[in-house]
This record gives sequence, C-alpha cells and structure tokens, in this order.
Amino acid sequence: MFLRPLLLASLGAIVAALPALANTVSHSTLDNGMEVVVIEDNRAPVVVHMVWYRVGAADEPARKSGIAHFLEHLMFKGTDDLAPGEFSAVVEANGGRDNAFTSWDYTGYFQRVAADRLGLMMQMEADRMTDLALTEDQWRPERDVILNERGQVVESQVGRQFNEAMLAALYKSHPYGTPIIGWRHEMETLNGDDAKAFYRQHYAPNNAILVVAGDVSADDALELARTHYGAIPANPDMVERARAMEPPHLAERRVTMEDARVGTPYVSRMYLAPTRHDTEDAAALQMLAALLGGSPTTSVLERKLNFEQGVALSAWANYRGMARDYGMFSLGIAPVEGISLEEGEAALDAAIVEFVQDGVDTEQFERVRQQIRASEIYALDNVQGRARQYGVGLSIGLDVDEIETWIDALDAVTPEQVIDAASLLLDRNSSVTGYLTRPTEEAMN
Amino acid sequence: MRLILTLFLLIASPLRAEVDITPVESAGGLEAWLVEERSIPFVAIDLIFEGGATLDPDDSLGATALMAALLNEGAADMDAQGFAIRAEELAARFSFDAGRDTVTVSAQFLTETAPEAIALLNTALTQPRFDVDAVERVRAQMVASLRRDALDPNTIASRAFAEAAYPGHPYARPSEGTPESVAALTRDALLRAHEGAIARDRVHIGVAGDVDAETLGPLLDTLFEGVPDTGAPLPPRAEFAAEPGVTRVPFEGPQSVVAFGHAGIARDDPDFLTAFVVNEIVGGGRFGTRLMRELREKRGLTYGVGSFLASGFLGESYQGRLSASNADVGQVVDLIRAEWDKLASDGVTAEELDRIKTYLTGAYPLRFDGNGAIAGIMASMQFQEFGIDYVNTRNGLIDAVTLDQANAVAQRLYQPDALRFVIVGQPEGLN
Repeated sequence: MFLRPLLLASLGAIVAALPALANTVSHSTLDNGMEVVVIEDNRAPVVVHMVWYRVGAADEPARKSGIAHFLEHLMFKGTDDLAPGEFSAVVEANGGRDNAFTSWDYTGYFQRVAADRLGLMMQMEADRMTDLALTEDQWRPERDVILNERGQVVESQVGRQFNEAMLAALYKSHPYGTPIIGWRHEMETLNGDDAKAFYRQHYAPNNAILVVAGDVSADDALELARTHYGAIPANPDMVERARAMEPPHLAERRVTMEDARVGTPYVSRMYLAPTRHDTEDAAALQMLAALLGGSPTTSVLERKLNFEQGVALSAWANYRGMARDYGMFSLGIAPVEGISLEEGEAALDAAIVEFVQDGVDTEQFERVRQQIRASEIYALDNVQGRARQYGVGLSIGLDVDEIETWIDALDAVTPEQVIDAASLLLDRNSSVTGYLTRPTEEAMN
Repeated sequence: MRLILTLFLLIASPLRAEVDITPVESAGGLEAWLVEERSIPFVAIDLIFEGGATLDPDDSLGATALMAALLNEGAADMDAQGFAIRAEELAARFSFDAGRDTVTVSAQFLTETAPEAIALLNTALTQPRFDVDAVERVRAQMVASLRRDALDPNTIASRAFAEAAYPGHPYARPSEGTPESVAALTRDALLRAHEGAIARDRVHIGVAGDVDAETLGPLLDTLFEGVPDTGAPLPPRAEFAAEPGVTRVPFEGPQSVVAFGHAGIARDDPDFLTAFVVNEIVGGGRFGTRLMRELREKRGLTYGVGSFLASGFLGESYQGRLSASNADVGQVVDLIRAEWDKLASDGVTAEELDRIKTYLTGAYPLRFDGNGAIAGIMASMQFQEFGIDYVNTRNGLIDAVTLDQANAVAQRLYQPDALRFVIVGQPEGLN
C-alpha cells in the first residue's frame, strides 16, 4: 500500500502533461450563428462529423409526442437533390457509417468516414438542414417503423415501460416526463405536415452545433464549414425554447408496476436534482454517485447492502446532470430472494442515512479521485466519445469552458460538500419511488 | 441549395488501414500481436482463450461463465474488496467474460503502473480464490440474470434456435447454464473450469498502446507466470441439423421475435469471404440492405432486420433476426422466403456488388478505432487464424470478388427450402 501516495503524485504529473494531446479543441461561431467545435486527433485518417440541433422531445407541441424522433427518421428520406435513402447510400459508397439520435434536449446526426470525405458529408448535411422533401409515400411506412420501434424497445421490455411510468410520475409538468419516442396513441396520429412544421421551426444554422473530431486541422475544418454551412441564412424567427417548468414538489410519489415478465424485482428511486449548469452542486453530486454506486464491489451501497448485510443482489446510484432544465439522481436496489421490496427500500434508505452520519471514507474518496483523473487519459482513446461530450454540453447550454473544466470541478469537491449534497436524498418530496415486481400468485391464477 | 451531384460519383479509394502490427515473442514463448501507439499513456491488452462454455461438462452447465465472473472477486491474498481496491489504486480496468467459444480478458492500464497492473492481473488468472461468500454472491446475481433471460423473447428465440440446430452438441446448451444448473455448481466444478479454460495452449494475445516489443515480452511472461501449458480438450465439431419448418414459442407481448436460418459456411471455407460480402448486401445490419429495404423502408414492418454468418469455432449456421407486430408475422415470413428464393435463383446485381465493395473496403479502417478496439481486433484475428498481413491484404481480397463468384456462392448459401423459423410471441397469419 506504500504505493498509493507515489501513484497519486505520478498520476498528477501525467495529467499535467496531457495538454499537448488534450488541448487540441477549438471553438468558433460562423456568421449565421452556427457553432463549430473541432477536436483534432491524428492517430487515424478518420473523422467523425456531427450536427447537433438544440431541439428535442422536450420541445414538442402538445399532443405531438414523438415528433422530434419521427423527424429524425424522416431526415433520411431525401431532399430536393437526394433520393430517399441516398444520404446513407452515399455515406456507405464512401466507406462511412451514419446514424442519428434524439434526446429530450437535442437531436444529432453523425457520420464516421475517411478524413478526406469531410467536405462531402458537410455538403449533404447542409443540404438536408433546409431542403428536406417529404411525400406521403415516405412518411407513412416510416410511422409504422417508429411504432414498431416503440413495440420492440419499450413495450417488449418491462424495465423500459417501468422507467416511462417513473418519469411520468417524477415530472408533474415538465416534458421530461414524456417519453422521447412518444406515447403510442399520439405517435399513431403524427404526419408529414407535423414533421415539416417542426423542421421549419427548429432546424437552422443558428440552432445548430457542428462537431468535427479526428484527422483534420481546425483551420481546414472551419474553412469547409464556412463553404458548406456558412451559405445557409440564419432563421430570424428562431426563439429561445420555453418549456413548462415544475411547480413546487410537496409530496413524494410512488409507483407500483406488476408484470409477469419481471425476472428480478427491484426498487428504483429518482430525485429531481441540479444540472451541470450549477457546476459546484453538480460536481458534488457526481462524486456522491461515484462513492455510493460507482463500483460493483467497493461502492458504499454495494458494500453495505450486498457485502455486509447480504440483502441486495445489487444496489446502484447514478447522477445525470447533462440536461438543460433538470438533473436527476437515481438510487436502486434489487433485493436477494427472501427480502421484500419494502425491506430492500428500508435498507437502502438506512444505508444513505448511515453514510451521511458517518461521513466519507477518506481512502475511498482518494481512490475515486484517482480514477477520475485516470479516466481523462482513457477518454482520449475514444474520439467519438469526446465529440459527443461537446455536442451534448453545448446543446444543453453549457459553454466550452464549463465542459473542459469539469474534471477540475470534480477535483475540487471536498468530502464535506459530498455529505451536504447527500441531503438531497433525505428529502423525498421531489422524488418518485417505484416497485417493479411480479404479480402475486393469487393475481396470476 | 443545389448540390453538385457529380461529386457523389467520387468513389473512395480504399483507405489503407494504417495499422503497423509487430509480432512479439516473449522469452517464455508467448506470441502476441502489438500495435504501438505512444500518444496516450496507457496500454490495452486482450486475451482470448479458446474453449469457453463448450468445455462445461453436461452436469455443470454455466461453470465456465461463473468461473470467469469470479476472476475479479478475489485472488492470492486479496478478497473481493481487496482485489477491487488494488485495481482502483492503480486505476486499472479489467474485465472477464465467458462466451460459447471463448473466455476473454480485457485489460487497460496506465503506462506508469504497467508492472503493478500486470502482476495484479496475473493473480486473477492464476490464483483466483473462489471464496465461499464471493461464489454465493455472484451465483445469486447470475441466477437472477438467467431468470430475466428466461423471460426475454430474444434470448428464448436464440436458445430455441440453437437447440434445433445442434442437438446433442454443447452448442445446443445455454452458455451461462440454467438457474438450476448454476444453483447446483460446486466449488470443485469452478476449479475444474478454471484449470480447463485458462491455459497457454489456447490463448491469443492482442496489445495496443504505449509499450514497445522489448518491454512487452517480459510483461507477458509475468502475466502468464503460473498459467498451465495445456487446458481441457475441445469438443468435436457441431453439424447443423435443424429441419426446415416453423417452431412457435408462445410469449405474451405486442410483438414476436422471428429468428430464422439454416446451415452456414465455415470461416476456413474458401467461399467464406465471398459469402460475407453477399450477406452484407442482403442483411448486413445497416440501412439499405435488401432485407431492410423490403421489410422496413418499403413496408414499415419492423424497426430493424439483419442476417449474419454465425460461423463459430466448432460449427456454422446462417441466421437472421427481427421483431415485428404479431399481426404482421405471416407477411414477414413470406417476404423472407421470397427474398431467399430470389437470391438462390438470381443472386445479387453487379451494382449491388460494386456498392458493397466500396463500402466494405472504405469502412474497414474505421474499425481500428482506438487502443481498446485495436487490441481486441489483434487477439480476434489470431483466434480466427488470419495471417498477420491480413489487415493489408483483406481489402484486395474483397475487391477481387467477381459477380460470378458472388452468385455461385449465393446459390450455395441461400436455401429457401431449408429455412427454419423460430417465432417467439403470438404470431398471426402463418401458413
């Protein structure tokens, strides 16, 4: 164990020496308002090209849940210049892969391709930023596709349905309580006009972020961006998104779901929490989550509930602060056989109370810090992951500095701040607690 | 905005996968493929041990899986907590996984602490403790996970297909065992699984990152100190034996999982690469494949459909998979049969072949995406018995596939009358 202080010192040195590699990120804004981030990584002759729109499922009009994600699918259906499917076909003909994703706060489109094809990717992505063409022949079967997607990834997976029920209970007013893919009965009514209206309102350079990562210089990437995206006029009618916010939460909520498809019953709890916009609070919560649930072996909850008391198959804690309006802290326990969900929940709550009373284990705290510093090194290996970090951060409204100094913010957290942050978990008014369980024998007969 | 469409004719001149592989042989006789990449101060090592769950005796199903899950749950003088704490102090990341054909070990560690990390990983490989409390804890987690699997339509479909395909062979058994078999595993069974699986005669080693050949050799010798020379004998080959037809497994839900397939093509078959190319046209897990076009894009019948050459270490099949609404299953099955008929009689077109070649050769370098991925590919290429120059010759081999060859192989590969369907759900409209 004599190694520990030595390691900490040397790791510090490694991280201090990193900038040569890590400091290859540049940020600028085109005249039409489109933000541009370039992350240089010359290890392989490949680039990731991503366009992020600051619009997502939380910006949908009433009764149109799922339209942001439906539009994402329809963006592959062609423009005035590109036939349906041709976008992906051209990417593939150039040896690349492409896809897209929708979240509550953002919608993103990306390609991975040989670095010398970057201009072509920009040309096509710029084309579909403004010139999407949609016919009924195209949107109708695609609506069946998203309904099938919902059937496959939500309705056939009881844990996902449970999660939907939990979120719907956590948010009384804010659209984070509506599933990204949409509610089935509303998805069934979506049409091409809805998609077009959403597209015209939100897709424009002054609502977009370009992230290029890989084997390209910042200057070259910016020059290409000016050529392809710079020509698109800003939309003067773009408005700052305004969403229904939460009223005060005065009562905790509880959800119980019984389903014969449940293999392992568990208890899940979600709390409304600060976002990354509150850097200090968010950093303390991130450290709290790492201490409580960051390891399947040494984290506080696993150690207490699984190793010491033997009441849990597993126990977890997680913090998600990368959101525009509300963050979330979640806890959970899957009890061992013979322990009820009620007993499991009580043990989970007692473990949190004990943690707050006893304070942070200094050695564990140091190990977590150690791993966070090392994770910076490992993260450099994943250029697409780095690109995503900037895309998510900028689209939820962080600035580049807030994204880049996050590790420093984590490093500055004290054990006392972690314990203060844990008080969030002691007030259940802003929380929902869910039980996912099998039907009782009686009900099954 | 007008696009200049001629630009689209610009065809990718296949990127060379700029991967420089150094064969390393340690003083102790271990062979590894190394890709040096000095710009980030860490090293990734992947070990693939041949055998996996196929080595489990019939009365100890799941032994190899539970054994692998216990390798980071205590070793030498460290219990589970002690081992995890040591790994955290080093900021080293280890993962152990047992599949049907292999046990894999993936490790990432900082250059600075490489000797300590390697010494720690060596204890996991050679002195796992299998402490009673750790065994019971991990066993309970595994049993819970198997109970979840038993309620998952995709897993149910895979198992039913394997049972139909390889009766009497270890390939027909679930790799992680059953809740009952895992509950009954003894500590002796775990020790035997460990002895049988972790051996020098069956390991393939891939390394990428901040290390050179001179430094790597001694590290590997330390890593394998105490690992026995030989493991358990491997089972015989598995012959695909499923009869044509439809197996229904009732399952409640809005959708059915449809698994289908027939005999496949072995990795060492001269037709394998061509079959791989043809399958990429038909169902290679992307937009724009034939199956995606017919089932998703034109008709909206599914979120996704793919087909794959399931060419395992001991046997091979050709399979496809999708989920669809119960009401549409009859139509889906008919469309798949029709597509198989077309492929068997007409094959693919010259245009399809050209497009897929451009895609496959262009996309190949994209796989070499970071040290972690590269170490895995290096180990896997050796496991699959590719030569060390394959990275440089592979695109040429794909470009050389002619339309006649592709269609001869398509005729061999696609057997509409042999298709076996396994349908998990409440399908409607089946003939």
